[in-house]
Amino acid sequence: MLNSFFYLLREGGIRPSLSEWLTLLAALKSGVAGHSVDDFYYLARSALVKDETLFDRYDRIFAAYFRGADDAFRDLVRELPADWLERQAELELSDEERAQIEALGGFEKLMEALRERLEEQKDRHEGGSRWIGTAGTSPFGAYGYNPEGVRIGQAGSRHRSAVKVWDRREFRNLDDTVELGTRNIKLALRKLRKFAREGAADQLDLDDTIDKTARNAGLLDIRMVPERHNAVKVLLCLDVGGSMDDHVRVCEEMFSAARSEFKHLEYYYFHNFVYESLWKDNRRRHAERVPTNEITHKYGADYKLIFVGDATMSPYEIVYPGGSVEHWNEEAGAVWIQRLLATYPKAIWLNPEPRERWNFTPSIKLTRELMDDRMFPLTVSGLDAAIRALH
Amino acid sequence: MAEQKFTGTRSYIATDDLMMAVNAAVTLERPILIKGEPGTGKTQLAMEVAAALDRPLYEWHIKSTTKAQQGLYEYDAVARLRDSQLGDDRVHDIANYIVRGKIWEAFASDVQPVLLIDEIDKADIEFPNDLLQELDRMEFYVYETQELVRARHRPIIVITSNNEKELPDAFLRRCFFHYIKFPDKDTMAKIVDVHFPGLKKALLKESLDAFYRLRDVPGLKKKPSTSELLDWIKLLLAEDIPPEALRAEDSRKAVPPLYGALLKNEQDVHLFEQLVFMDRRSRTQ
Repeated sequence: MLNSFFYLLREGGIRPSLSEWLTLLAALKSGVAGHSVDDFYYLARSALVKDETLFDRYDRIFAAYFRGADDAFRDLVRELPADWLERQAELELSDEERAQIEALGGFEKLMEALRERLEEQKDRHEGGSRWIGTAGTSPFGAYGYNPEGVRIGQAGSRHRSAVKVWDRREFRNLDDTVELGTRNIKLALRKLRKFAREGAADQLDLDDTIDKTARNAGLLDIRMVPERHNAVKVLLCLDVGGSMDDHVRVCEEMFSAARSEFKHLEYYYFHNFVYESLWKDNRRRHAERVPTNEITHKYGADYKLIFVGDATMSPYEIVYPGGSVEHWNEEAGAVWIQRLLATYPKAIWLNPEPRERWNFTPSIKLTRELMDDRMFPLTVSGLDAAIRALH
Repeated sequence: MAEQKFTGTRSYIATDDLMMAVNAAVTLERPILIKGEPGTGKTQLAMEVAAALDRPLYEWHIKSTTKAQQGLYEYDAVARLRDSQLGDDRVHDIANYIVRGKIWEAFASDVQPVLLIDEIDKADIEFPNDLLQELDRMEFYVYETQELVRARHRPIIVITSNNEKELPDAFLRRCFFHYIKFPDKDTMAKIVDVHFPGLKKALLKESLDAFYRLRDVPGLKKKPSTSELLDWIKLLLAEDIPPEALRAEDSRKAVPPLYGALLKNEQDVHLFEQLVFMDRRSRTQ
């Protein structure tokens, strides 16, 4: 039951597993969820969604899936007179009616029927109320939804308030496909920290060696462990000027806040694309430039190279000598980036432009090819993928 | 299992979604993982659940050096080595050197206990994976004594995380999950009310307003949280500060009194003072 909700969640990128789904069904069976859609919403979230960055997505899928039910309940409350509901409250359903509802089969079918009949109800008032009374009953109850038709009024209003819970979309700024904000930066930083702490090398584990030797009745038993690699070297190249300035500020903040996690962090700036020289101080960019060759000689291959730029320019600026907008470059930008990539095999490009636009900008396509497809959007999930690519 | 529902306690306000997650976890005997901003009462939750359901509480606080094995048991090989040198008779029984961990203690409890695994994200990345079997089957094997330890009652396991490391999927799949979001004004008023029942309405309103205004100041490194608000109110009460003093309309007193309880970071205090100064200057011009 509710299987299509499960698949909708999976398609939506939440990817609950089968065991989580069974847990949810077991919880529904045990009756923890009570009988309101609020409860179901909370229970399903707690059982299926294990990451607060996905809460917003869950809210949207939930809203889309239950929209029919939502409208139905809202209309019910509006259209049904309160005294009718009260009168219905005295009534029990007959076995016949129950069988009828079960015969309707499946939650989805029921929802469909509900929607259809609601349309009908706008024309014909009599009879419309009866089915709603019944439809609101056992099948909904069975799905942890609404136990008895008698509670329709109450459940409806509670339902409406519940709708607000997901329609409010409180977790929107936790969604990791949106661009980096202050909170998102923090989350991203934690990813960087993880990245800074991983790595492998072998060293002697003194404590464990003593311990194992003692267990071994004094015979020497040497233990080795992988080193906690807490020192990552980063070479950061930032595109400055024009539309990039805001993003550059965000990136600088981001990386400098994580500075303590790196052994070395070096910044260099470029405009649009890398050529034979870069600079460290943007105000004196024309006076003080560092030759790119000097950089590749100074920083070893163990540095990880991170470009931040929108890569949006005329393709000439990448492929032709003299293509640069600022100066005459003897060699094309593509040559220079290949030299950099040859020195630093671990390299990525972070692009603040939305991914959807990448295919429409020739220079982005070109840069991506040069980067061997290691270009990532400047979002939390993009950063996550980028950091994995750097390992 | 007893049909008990957790609905918060006299000193702990639980929102609907939190109650739902806790009750689902209790009923299905699955661990519940709690995340949220620091100071929103994650650790407190386990204590309150234990108090509300009248269960013993076992707390296991995780550090960066904690190993999963330590929660089960430790074999004190050094003590045994020493005893063997001294010719102690105890040395022949290896069970004498098995030291029980928190999980074992919880497993051995006579009534269903609550087990708190606090700040699981502090430990090594592999830590949660090492506990999968134990949390799933609620049993583990003691190799030294060839003994299988099984939980007498499946404990209610509350796990907290500050999100410093991502937890493995296999682990998450076995848990219920709840993210404690920062309480809205109404919930906050309830929280303050259970902690300071006699608090004057006016003071409560003004202090909450001032508090949320402060949380809205952009660029604060550490936003004040619930626990800091409670501390601050305690101070306000102790100093007997009138509610009017908290109102921001009066520009000369725009800095809340005793704000040191709310802002824990030098840069934040500095930023805040600057903002107040700029604000005052713009008003006088």
